[in-house]
Amino acid sequence: MIIHHPILGPRDAQEFVYLGDANLIDRPDGMVAGVEVFHDYLYNRTNPAGEHQELWYHEQGDRSWLVVTRNTVTHEITRVELARDVARARRRTK
Amino acid sequence: MASLQPLTALGRREATTVTHGPLTISERTDVALASVAARNGRAADLAKAAQKADVPLPGPASHQQGTPYSAFWTAPEMWFVEAPYASHELIVDLLKSALADTASITEQTDAWVAFDLSAHDLTRLLERLCNVDFAARPTGYATRTVMEHLGVYLIKHGPGAARLYGPRSSAESLLHAIETAAHSVW
Repeated sequence: MIIHHPILGPRDAQEFVYLGDANLIDRPDGMVAGVEVFHDYLYNRTNPAGEHQELWYHEQGDRSWLVVTRNTVTHEITRVELARDVARARRRTK
Repeated sequence: MASLQPLTALGRREATTVTHGPLTISERTDVALASVAARNGRAADLAKAAQKADVPLPGPASHQQGTPYSAFWTAPEMWFVEAPYASHELIVDLLKSALADTASITEQTDAWVAFDLSAHDLTRLLERLCNVDFAARPTGYATRTVMEHLGVYLIKHGPGAARLYGPRSSAESLLHAIETAAHSVW
């Protein structure tokens, strides 16, 4: 499997480490949003058969975090973005 | 005060040179190294300060030669800067005074072992060691890759010239891996 790194171009998937659902970026403030919301964030994942946004880490490369949009049925990768850019677009400050 | 003798990454007094067939592996102990990372939101200020101080900050996956500073890209908004050790032993202090608070600078000199590889053509050696398509990459290409389970930086200075930075504590293992690959090529 080849991941098209937004900066470095096509790289073998073995260079990357998979973390999981990209919803990890959207951590709610547990003190404000309440325990139910935070529990949901921490433990519950949708497990779609189809398009899925996930976090990958370029361990054997520039060590950037990426948000990879991948079809879990066909393994086709439709989009790769720097997690930093995605987080900024979602107005995450950290 | 104790009289201390500096040792190379391979534990010797002098830099090691190994030859096998057309390949020469030269350990480099005369390079001072520091990492430069732009502070949050200060990339433009860093670029300005670096230009004034003659510190090159090349684009992704590339190395830029200069005097006295050369540099290669390691991550978004982060570089490794090289300089001659004799004149720039205190590379961090020198860079800090040049770049001020635009960047975070960390001493790297003694964290790495540097090997210069030279031969007529390094392609067949490097294709046994890592997944970088060395022949297809341009001169000045710099990347992090893995050789024998060790994370290393590989810089292409020409079809037959490359520099490797590997973890200093695994210097012997990295040298052994290069020698083993060399024996299967030549």
